[in-house]
Amino acid sequence: MNKHKIFSPGSIYFLLMCVLLYLPILLLIIFSFNDSTRLVFPLKGFTLQWYGKLYENRELLKALGNSLMIGFGSSLIATILGTMGAIAIVRFKLPGRSVFLAVSALPLVIPYVIFGVSLLILFNEVGIRLSAFAAGLAHVIISIPYALLIISSRLVGFPDNLEEAAMDLGASYWGALLKVTIPICSPALLAAFLLCFTISFDEYAIASFIVGTDATLPVYLFSQLRFPTRLPMVVALAAVLMIVTMAVMLFTEWLRRVGQSPAKKG
Amino acid sequence: MTDYAVELCNVTKVFSSGRGAKSEDVYAVKEMNLGIPRGQFFTLLGPSGCGKTTTLRLIAGFETPSSGEIFIQGKPMSKIPPNVRPVNTVFQNYALFPHMNVASNVAFGLAIKRVPRDEQKRIVKEALELVQLADMGKRMPSQLSGGQQQRVALARALVNKPAVLLLDEPLGALDLKLRKAMQIELKHIQEQVGITFVYVTHDQEEALTMSDFIALMSDGLILQLGDPATLYKKPANKFVADFIGESNFIRGTVDSITRKGTKLRVLDELVTVDAMEVNLAKGQAATFTIRPEKMMLKTKQPVSTEALSGTVQEVIYIGTDTRYIVTLQSGESVVVRVQNGCSPDVEQFSKGDLVKVVWLPEDARLLTD
Ligand SMILES: Nc1ncnc2c1ncn2[C@@H]1O[C@H](COP(=O)(O)OP(=O)(O)OP(=O)(O)O)[C@@H](O)[C@H]1O
Ligand SMILES: [Mg+2]
Repeated sequence: MNKHKIFSPGSIYFLLMCVLLYLPILLLIIFSFNDSTRLVFPLKGFTLQWYGKLYENRELLKALGNSLMIGFGSSLIATILGTMGAIAIVRFKLPGRSVFLAVSALPLVIPYVIFGVSLLILFNEVGIRLSAFAAGLAHVIISIPYALLIISSRLVGFPDNLEEAAMDLGASYWGALLKVTIPICSPALLAAFLLCFTISFDEYAIASFIVGTDATLPVYLFSQLRFPTRLPMVVALAAVLMIVTMAVMLFTEWLRRVGQSPAKKG
Repeated sequence: MTDYAVELCNVTKVFSSGRGAKSEDVYAVKEMNLGIPRGQFFTLLGPSGCGKTTTLRLIAGFETPSSGEIFIQGKPMSKIPPNVRPVNTVFQNYALFPHMNVASNVAFGLAIKRVPRDEQKRIVKEALELVQLADMGKRMPSQLSGGQQQRVALARALVNKPAVLLLDEPLGALDLKLRKAMQIELKHIQEQVGITFVYVTHDQEEALTMSDFIALMSDGLILQLGDPATLYKKPANKFVADFIGESNFIRGTVDSITRKGTKLRVLDELVTVDAMEVNLAKGQAATFTIRPEKMMLKTKQPVSTEALSGTVQEVIYIGTDTRYIVTLQSGESVVVRVQNGCSPDVEQFSKGDLVKVVWLPEDARLLTD
C-alpha cells in the first residue's frame, strides 16, 4: 500500500479519535482495576474492590434507581410523542410543517445548562417540586427531537399507500396505524426509545438543577468527586456507565439499519 | 333499482397546487357522468395524467369529489369513509404489508372483520389457489417475484368479496410476456368470481384485450364510452381514433353532399365517405380516417372501392405483415398493412412504385377534430 496515505484526512481523524476518545476510556477502565486510591502510573495491582464498593453503596443504588426510572419514563413518553409528531410531519402535508419541525428540533441547539436554569425558574413559578419527575419532564423535551428524526426517517422510507391499503381492506385509521405503520416502524421505535434512554441516562446539566434530592447517577457521580478516597469508585462507576451506554448505542444503530433495509428492497 | 355497480354524477375533482397568488387549480376530473355496469370488466383508458387514478381514488374514497356525487350499488358515498365502502383496490405498486407473510396479507381484511380462524384459513387457501400461489402462504412478500406479488395483492382484495374491485395499472411493472399472460388470467378470474372490475391502464391493447367496456379519458373528460369493437371501428373523434390502434388521417375539403355520402376532394382526386353522423357544409375542410389493415395497394383501382394515388416511400417487412408507407399526391403519408401469404391477389411493390391506395367505402370514417 502507499505509505503517504498514512497522512490522509481519514487517518488523521482516526488517530485523533483514538488519542482523545478511546485512550481516556481505556485509562479509565485500567484504573478501575488498579489497587490504589491514586490514579497514577505505575499500576499497583489488580483488584475488583472498587466494583464491589459500587455494589454495596446504597446511595448509589438509589441514584441508579432514579436514573433508570427517569430514563425509562421519559424515553417512553418521548417515543410516543415523537411518533405522533413524525406521523403528523411525514403523512399530513400540513401548512405550518416547516415551523413545526423547527420548533421540535429547537432542543437540539439550546445549551443544556441554560435550559436547566430556565426550567428551574419555570418550575419554581408554577410550583412543580424539584424531583425525579421534574427531571423526567425535562428529559422528555430534550429527547423528542431525536425520536422524531429517527421515526420520521423510517416513515419516509415506506410508501404511505400501505396505510391506504389497510383502510381499503376495512381497517379504521387507527387500526391501520396499529396494524401496519407501527409494526413496520417497530425497529425504529425501539431504536428511538434506546437513544432517548441513553440521552436521559447520561444527562447531567439539566438534572443537576432540577432533580432536587432525587440524585440521578451522573449527579451522584459528580457529587462524589469531592472525596479523594472515593475517586477509584467513581472511576469504576464511570467505566460501567460508559460500557453500558456504548453497548446500547451500538445495538440502537444496528436496529436502525435493520429497520431501514426492507424499504430499500421494495 | 339501477343496474350500475358504480355511478358518477357530475363529479368534478379540483386539486389546488401552490399557495396564495401562485396557486393553480388542476381539474383532474371534469363533470364526469359515468355508469359502470354490474359484473362487467370496465376499463378506464387514457394517456398519463388524464385523471384515471384520481377517478379510481374517488370511487375508493381516498379523495373526496369537489362537487358531484358517487353512488356504489345505488347508495350515495359522500359520507362513507374508504374502510366501509364495498370496494377493494389492487394498487399499482401492490402495497403488500412487508411485515406479514403472504397468508396473513391475504387474511388481513378477514381478520379485521373478525371472521373465525378456520374460516379465514379456508378462504385464504381458496384465494391462493385461485391465483395459483397455493404453496406460497408462508413466504414474505420480499421473497416473491413481481408477478407473484401482483397475484397476492389480487387475492388479498378478492377475499373480501367486494361489490367492485378497483385495479390501478396492476400489470404496469411486469415484463411483456408475463403481462400478456396475466391479462388473460385476470379476465378469467373476473369471469369466474363475477365481481365488477374497474381497471385502469394507459395501454390501449391491454384495454382491448380484457374489457367488456372501455371509457376513453383525456384531460379529465370521457371522450367515448363503449365496447372495444365500437371504439376501434367507430371512434367518436380524432383523439379516439389516434389513441386506439393505428390510424391514417387524410384531409380534404367537402366537394358535395349527396344521399349516398359526402364527396371529399383530396387535391385533384374525389373520394366518397359515409358521413351520417357529422354535419358539414360544402367547401369545409374535413378529415377522414382508415385503419392501415383496411387499405390495400393495387396498380389499378378495383370496382366499388375508393382510391387515392401515391408513391411507395418505404417497405417494412415485419414477419406476419408488410407495412408500406405511401406518400399521397397531397403530400400526406399513410401506412398500409398487408398480411403476408394470405390471399393470392396481393401484389408486391417496392420503393418508388406508383400505386393506388384503395379501401372499401364502409371502412372510412369522417371525423370531427
Ligand atoms: N394530490 C394531487 N395534488 C395535485 N394534483 C394532483 C394530485 N393528484 C393528481 N393530480 C393531478 O391531476 C391530474 C390527473 O392525475 P392522475 O394521477 O389521476 O392521472 P393518471 O391518469 O392516473 O395518470 P398516470 O397514467 O400517469 O398514472 C394530473 O395532472 C395530476 O398532476
Ligand atoms: Mg395513475
